[in-house]
Order: sequence, then C-alpha cells, then structure tokens
Amino acid sequence: MTGAPLPEPAASPTATDAGVPSTARPPRPRWRQTLGLLARNPTAAVAATVLLLIVLMAVFDESLAPSGPNEIAVEDRLQPPSPAHPFGTDDLGRDILSRVVLGAAVSLRVGFLAVAFALVVGALIGLLAGYYGRWVDDVLMRFMDVLFAFPAVLLAIAVLAVRGPGAGNTALAIGIVYIPVFARVTRASVLGVREEVYVRASRSVGASDFRLLTRHVLPNAAPPIIVQTSISLAFAVLAEAALSFLGLGTQPPNPSWGLMLAEGRGFIDLAWWLAFFPGMAIFLTVLCFNLLGDGLRDVLDPRQRTLMAGSGR
Amino acid sequence: MFGLVHLVPGDPIRLALGTRFDQETYDALRARAGLDQPLVEQFFGWAGRALRGDLGVSFRTGETVTSLISERLPATLTLAVASILVALLIAVPLGTLSALRPRSVVDRVATVLSQIGISVPEFWMAIVLILVFAGTLGWLPSGGYVPLTEDPAGWAQRLLMPAVVTGVVSGSVITRFVRSSVLEALGADHVRTAQAKGLPARQVFTWHVLRNALLPLVTVTGVQLAYLLSGVVVVEIVFSWPGLGQLALQAVQSRDYPVLQGAILLFAVVFLLINLVVDLLYTAIDPRIRR
Amino acid sequence: MSELAPLLEVADLRVRLRTPRGPAEVVNGLSYTVGRGETVAVVGESGSGKSVSVLALLGLLPARVAAVTGAARLDGEDLLTMPPERLREVRGPGVGMVFQDPMTSLNPVLTIGRQLVEGIRAHGEVSKAEARDRAAGLLAEVGLPDPRRALDRYPHELSGGMRQRVVIAIALSNNPSLLIADEATTALDVTVQAQILDLVAGLQSEHGTGVIWITHDLGVVAGIADRVLVMYGGRCVEDGSVDDVLERPAHPYTRGLLGALPDLASSDDGELATVPGTPPAPTDLPAGCVFWPRCPVRSDPRCETEQPPLAVVGASTGGLPHRAATWCSEGSSR
Repeated sequence: MTGAPLPEPAASPTATDAGVPSTARPPRPRWRQTLGLLARNPTAAVAATVLLLIVLMAVFDESLAPSGPNEIAVEDRLQPPSPAHPFGTDDLGRDILSRVVLGAAVSLRVGFLAVAFALVVGALIGLLAGYYGRWVDDVLMRFMDVLFAFPAVLLAIAVLAVRGPGAGNTALAIGIVYIPVFARVTRASVLGVREEVYVRASRSVGASDFRLLTRHVLPNAAPPIIVQTSISLAFAVLAEAALSFLGLGTQPPNPSWGLMLAEGRGFIDLAWWLAFFPGMAIFLTVLCFNLLGDGLRDVLDPRQRTLMAGSGR
Repeated sequence: MFGLVHLVPGDPIRLALGTRFDQETYDALRARAGLDQPLVEQFFGWAGRALRGDLGVSFRTGETVTSLISERLPATLTLAVASILVALLIAVPLGTLSALRPRSVVDRVATVLSQIGISVPEFWMAIVLILVFAGTLGWLPSGGYVPLTEDPAGWAQRLLMPAVVTGVVSGSVITRFVRSSVLEALGADHVRTAQAKGLPARQVFTWHVLRNALLPLVTVTGVQLAYLLSGVVVVEIVFSWPGLGQLALQAVQSRDYPVLQGAILLFAVVFLLINLVVDLLYTAIDPRIRR
Repeated sequence: MSELAPLLEVADLRVRLRTPRGPAEVVNGLSYTVGRGETVAVVGESGSGKSVSVLALLGLLPARVAAVTGAARLDGEDLLTMPPERLREVRGPGVGMVFQDPMTSLNPVLTIGRQLVEGIRAHGEVSKAEARDRAAGLLAEVGLPDPRRALDRYPHELSGGMRQRVVIAIALSNNPSLLIADEATTALDVTVQAQILDLVAGLQSEHGTGVIWITHDLGVVAGIADRVLVMYGGRCVEDGSVDDVLERPAHPYTRGLLGALPDLASSDDGELATVPGTPPAPTDLPAGCVFWPRCPVRSDPRCETEQPPLAVVGASTGGLPHRAATWCSEGSSR
C-alpha cells in the first residue's frame, strides 16, 4: 500500500453521456460506436456470441435437436455420453442433448417474456413517476419500494401459489418481481434528462407530453434500461430454473432446464449427466447475460445508474 | 408493509382453493378457515389473531402454524447465519485484495470467480457437491439435519455443504460490493492525510480504509441475510434441510394457506427486523447519522 | 550542519504519470530550495504540477502510476530514495502536510482526538493520556475553542474553518521542520484565511519551520512569502524574491498572471488574473517554450523550437537570484 490510487480513468464519452448537448435535438444513440466499443471488450463480445448461438439454438430447436426430445426409448435408458448421445440419455431413454436444446427454447421464452413484462410495466411506471413527479412519483415509487422489499423467490412463489404452476404464470411471477428494478432505473434516467436543454426547449415550443416522452425522454433513458435488461435476463433464466426445479414452473413433459435438473437429481448416483448438462446450460446462459450486461454497462452507462449484477438475487 | 401482508396472503385463499377440492371438503375447509366470511373481515380477523400470536391451524396436519414455524425456524436461522459467515469469509478478503491491486491477476481472477458465483444455479452446485463429496468421496452425508445439542459433529457435517452453496452465491455478490467500496475508500482524501501523518501502512489500512469501507458492507450483508432467509428454499429442498423454505414449499404444494401466510408473515417480520438491526448498526459505526 | 545548507533541496524533480492517453510529464525538472524559517510560495494554474510536485516529495503518489526521479534532500537526506519505513518516520516530524479540502481531508468516522492522537503516537512512545493532552494543546494553539471537548467531536460537527485548523494541528503535531500547505486556505473565507495565515506565521517564527505554500492567491503570496516560484506546464518558469517576481515579473506568463491585478497593496484576496487559452496537456507538451502557444509576446524565433533555460534576469534583491525561463525577457520591461 503505497498510496491512494488515482481515480479510474473516465470511460470515453458515449452517446448518452451528453452532459450538455449543444443542439436542441437529443443525440441519437450511436449504435455503430456502441457495437465497436463492445467488440473491444473481449469478454462481452464472447458472451454476446455465445448468447446468439443459444438463441439461435432455441429458435431452431426442433430442427437442430438430434432426435425427438420427448421420444422414449426404454432400451436406451440412462446411457452415459457417447457419440450417439453426446450428453447421454435419461431414465426414459430420451436424448439429453435434444432435451437441452429444446429446454433452451422453453427457458429463454419464459425469461424473455418475464423481462419483457417487467420492462414494459416497470418502464411505464418509472416514466410516469419520473416525468410527472410529485404525488404520482410518491404513490408509484412507494408501491415499488414495498414490492422491492420482498425477497424475489418468495414473491414469485407466492404469485405461483395464487395462479398455479405453468410456464405462463412463471413468466408472470418473475416479471412481477422485476418490475420495481425497471421502474427505478427508468425513473432515475428520466429525472436525469427531464431538465436537459432539449427537453425544456421542446416543451417551450409546445410539444405534447406524449411526444416529449417518446421522442426525447425515452431514447435518452434507454441505455441503463438496456443494461438492466441484460442483467435481468440472467436472473429471469435462473429464477425460471429454480421455480421449475421446485415443480412450480414449467410442467413435464416439456424439457425446461430446471425441470430436467429436478428429474436428474434422483439419478445423481447412477447417472450424473442427467443433472450435469442442463445445469451447465443454465450456468452458461446466465453467465453470458451477466457478462454482456457488465460489458454494456461499461460502454453505455459509465455513471452506473443500473443495479450491480447480482444485487437482485 | 401491512398492505403487502394483506395483498399476498389474502388473494391465494380466495383464488386458488376452488377447483381442486370436492364441494363438501371445500365448504368444510372454507368454514374452518373462516373463508366463507368477506375478505376484509377475514383479513382483519387473521391480522388480529396474528397480533396475539395465533396464526391459525394447518389445513394439512392440524397443528398450529406457530408451532410448525417455531419447529422450523432454528434450522433456517442456522443455515442463513452459517451462509452469511461463509459469504463474508470469501468476500472480505477477496474483495479487499482485488481493490488493493486493481487490474492485477488477483483482481481479474476474483472478478471471474465472483461472476461465476453469481451465475451458477445454486441447486445445480448443490447437486454437484453432493455427487462429489457425498457420492464419490463419501466424506459428508448428502443431507438431513441433526440438532447441535444432540450430535455436534453430525450437525457441522450436515451444515457444511448447504452453507457453502448459499455462502458462495452471496459471497460472490458481496465480493463485488467490497471491491468497489474499498476502492472508493482508498481514493478518499483522508487516506492521504493519514499517510502524511506517518502512520504505519497497516494502521492506515485498518482505520482509514477498511473502517470506512465497512459502512456499505453492513447494508449489503443485511440485505443478503434477508435474501438468504427466504432464498434458501431451493437449497433446503436439495439437502433435505427441514427449514422454513421447505415448509413454505410444502404449503404451496398442498395449498395449506394458513401455513403459507404464516411463513410469509414471518419473512416479512424478519425482513423488518434485519433492516432495524442494520439501521442500529449503522448508527453505531457511522457518527454522521447519530443524533 | 552549516548555516548555508538549506532545509529542503529539491533537484531536478521529475514526475511521470501513466495515463490511458500515454505517459504524462507532470513535473519536468523542478529545482528549488527552502531554508529554515523561510516561506516559499508556489503559484500557477490548476494542472501546472504544483500539487503533484509536493505529493511526490512525501511519496504520496501511487507507485503504480507515478514514476518520480530526481532528488529531494531534507536535512541532507534524500526523501525520494529512502526506505519506506524511514519515509514513514519522516512524515510527521520531518514534513507536515496540510491538504486543500478541509471537508474531505479528515476521516469522517473517527473523532478529532483520535486522528490527532494516532499521529502523535506513531512517532514515539507516548501514552494515550499524554497524547490527548498534547492534542488538546495543539487544538488550543490553532485557535479551536474548547479544545478538550473538541477532541471527542467528529469532523462533521465542525465548520470548514475549524476543520482546517484541525488539519493544520495534525500537520503540526510532531513539530515538523517543514510544513507543506497545498491550497490550505482556498476553501475558506477571507477572515478565517487571515487567521490561519497569522497562525502559521506565528508558529513559523516560534519553531523556525520552513514552509512551502501552494496557492492561487496573490494576496497570500504577497503577505507571507519570502520567495515565489511560478510553475507552468510542470516547469518552474520564474522564481525569485517576492518583491522581484511580483514587481518586476520577467516571464510573459507571470506578467499575464499579474496583468489584471489591481494595486497590490489593496488586493488582499486578489486571485491570479486569467491568461487566455488553456495550459498544455501533460501528455502532449509543446516543443520549445512550454508557454509559447498561449504567449502574447513570442518575440524570439527560438520560442517554438528550443526550451529556454532558467536564467538570471535583472538585479536580485536580498541575495536571491531572480530567474526566469524565457527568451522574451530582455528589453521588454513592464
């Protein structure tokens, strides 16, 4: 310990870091620049590539899977990994690789749905609270605080207890849990840009609230929301797996990763591959979303307005 | 807070009881649980009894919810406290080391490890640990619980794996906070003053860096402890740990609403208690918010 | 030690910082001396390398990013090459330092007393009670009302001026032979500033402390300094006795700083005048005279190509040479 380190160098200014925009128009997000910066962050670039592959895999699940994922072949049950079945087979002789591929579709669909729901509702709440302020802000954010105060898993379980298990309800349950996060992030961003020169300028020439919100405020609030989306996707996939593992999420015979883990758990002594590969799939997906989120944050949100990855866990 | 207790346990009773029971059982249960009364009355009745310590009777076993919960509470508390200890044991040294040498090998390794720890599904890690340490190596029992008073060695053996699993996950989250708060404390002007006084490096670090970095750590640890108390559900299941999470899950599966309500109420109370303790601790260690 | 040996002798001090934009030459060959009981004022714009040059003396720059070369002999002992443990012993009794911002330079979670006592006890076997007595004495000396009670206070319970007195008390707590004050009064209002200047002057005459006073404020310079050193672009561009430099500035930069100055006698809080343009980035110093891109004179062809040496200009008063690093001084009087 020789001394205090100098402050970290400030991240290079990005489209969003427009402290004082010189014109009365908001600067458009420079997508090319963002992508370029992201490409220079090797970890985030690798994570993005892997995610792309996983998403493609989920989209083309049926045609990619080597054999029918729900195809039962009792004579092939509990086969260890082999050239015919790279990830082995389960207790009903189903090909695990095929089920992992199909599981990607199920897990990601629930994850995307949940985050999309949380994003739309949360961003709307945050936008209203941040833009209108005063009592609107107080009422909405107080409610968000209450929701946020509740532990995520418990809240999701409670929602599922009310609604019953199933993929749709799981997405809803996870979505509800993440609404406050998006509301807070959006509100903070909106508060940041509300008084910017161009917003005041637009208001003074009589632009409507709706136009202001959609054309000026929202685009500038976007970067932290994008970062938060990536990080939330990580936890949505994780939460879906946990809930399915508990038997509250996706129901059999659909091969959600969490469900496959739960099924494989009973055979852990006999056939480790049943639980290992779906777990690996969850882990990789979640890791990539987290890494991508961190990379995006470095590029888009140097002021760190988003939650740190993991703090929602 | 009260609104939430109202909101969450109020709804499941009304919405979910319906279809799975035949009419006779249904009516009987409804009457027994007081569900035939209007919702508001139900709530106030329940809240009133809860205030007097009466949380009702389990639909499934007929035991009182209070006794069910108090049976399970010690196991969950044990696990949560052990996990937070594991988490801090990992996070404080690792986060501090990375902050002291930012961008060094240690820092990079710590960052990768914490990223992995945050991303790994804890139930999967639990299964892998069981496979290795209970299965292949046979060093530890694969699950279960014995009270400390009966068999201290067995208690510790059974506690180890679940505590490590949840501890690693929480520890990974806390590591990142420790790193950033130590980094921030290191950059503070008063550290330079302390160095210029000619204090030994160790004293500068302990009293002018760590002492200050401790403040945010208290909050994060409190939040994590609260999440642990409720978030250990999955781990309790995998390790057959007879805690509240297991109880809550069974209650959901068997639609045993009084138990679920009781468990949720308890979590809410614990949550408030932890926040209170964090506030008190904060007052004790940060003179700026005294008075 | 001979009469003539200065308390501090800085020779060819250079500081290079590693930055994301490449190495930055923040201090470039600075040489000066401070005698016992003498006050040297260092003036210049922000970014001229003033603060870095004094932080480097005490090894307070992070070794990871800062490379310091040259020599800085305090009582003949080089601060820059001494082992860390010896340097720790010198910090405090050898050199006391007062930092710019009283709001942040004290630890908010420790009491004033603790922060004083730990400094005292780091340098010698002193009991806690004894150290507390000394701490209370110091607080009384710097003019803090009710020093006994102040010991148990936290920094946030004191005003900015009171806090700066505490910082000064800490710097003085081991009777340093050299006191470095880095913009010590900049954050304070004028009255408090005057009190603190008086205080330091008093202590100086009493203990024979040498003082390096870094400031923007020409009023302070005129009031307390024996000698002035003008820094620009990490270099000393002019130095000499306070009268020489303030009344007969030789360097165009110094003249620019003094340009808009009203009558010196009445400018108690006169800030340095602004010179048009901005100082050069330390990663990208111009060839030739560091000041030429902003220089209004530029009378010599060598300005843009050759670095002017620090050379004696005009008559010196009081035995101090008056030097300036410029090609433009001759024949261009004020």
